[in-house]
Amino acid sequence: MSLSVDTIKQKLTDKFGDQVFGFDEPYEMFTFEAPKENNLKVLQFLYDDEELKFQFLTDLCAVHYPENVGKELTVVYHLHNLVDNVRIRFKVSTDVKTPDVFTACKLFSSANWMERETYDFFGVNFVGHPNLKRILNVDEMDYFPLRKEFPLEDQTRIDKDDEMFGRGGSIK
Amino acid sequence: MDVNNTPQGNLPFPGVVENAHEGGFMVGALQDVVNWARSNSLWPLTFGTSCCAIELMSAASAKYDYSRFGFEVVRATPRQADLIIVSGTIVNKMAPALKRLYDQMPDPKYVIAMGACAISGGPFFYNTYSVVKGVDHVIPVDVYIPGCPPRPEALMHALITLQEQIKNGTTRDQQKRQFGTDEDRAM
Repeated sequence: MSLSVDTIKQKLTDKFGDQVFGFDEPYEMFTFEAPKENNLKVLQFLYDDEELKFQFLTDLCAVHYPENVGKELTVVYHLHNLVDNVRIRFKVSTDVKTPDVFTACKLFSSANWMERETYDFFGVNFVGHPNLKRILNVDEMDYFPLRKEFPLEDQTRIDKDDEMFGRGGSIK
Repeated sequence: MDVNNTPQGNLPFPGVVENAHEGGFMVGALQDVVNWARSNSLWPLTFGTSCCAIELMSAASAKYDYSRFGFEVVRATPRQADLIIVSGTIVNKMAPALKRLYDQMPDPKYVIAMGACAISGGPFFYNTYSVVKGVDHVIPVDVYIPGCPPRPEALMHALITLQEQIKNGTTRDQQKRQFGTDEDRAM
């Protein structure tokens, strides 16, 4: 593999200094973070650099971390260098009260629907998106279902026996 | 008819043929003959939203071949279909489309709810933000098939049950035609 993680990390720190941080390799995929104001600059740099060439947006999604006060919503970009076959993960975090993140639509056309989906489920407001409306859920929905403020059912309830669902009964 | 009743099989033709000189004639109630004819030529709509549709396709193809019983050609447009088999999960976003398809079908029309999702939401009954908990919230259902998914034999049983209902004139659409809707009767 011609493009090493160290090269990517070095190029990023040379360009952005302490504006990129949180370097890690969970599940053997290079991951880093940046302030949300810089997300387009970082993506553009990764796209245009002659060595990095991260020109394919594999996936775009969000995660809700209620315990990270002030940075509750994290938007995750999965990028792919199709020449060297290298994948990286890039994250920006935002306050859930002002969930504004710049859209990547100008850079990646595929971001259009993925950002709509992320808006649909997490309420991330992608600033500059040409058509930011719900894509999978009904238009009348007035909440963002994958945010963690919605509790799941009480796991201790006993009126529902798993045996009825073919999974072996837990209630004796 | 509920789950404890078994279908009567192929009901006899509802009429008597009288022989006469150089031919013959048939005596029977026109309504019964029409119902008999309709029940033996059900045209289902191509409609499948999840894994029950795989069983539906299996029931339609060579091994089970439900054409043998008169469920004939599956139509790709609601305007040519008189039966809709709701095979799969219906989500809130799909519900208006399902209602629209049902409304576009010509009368008389019949509905089969196939599988746990169509009956009650099934495995999505709990902890869901998007699933309709039973397709009978959207359109009136004549026959329910339990299972997740039901086997093709169960679908055949339901179709034969539906045929019997049509012959007896007890489907919801026929009842509505004969006795009026609940609103009509209230007036």
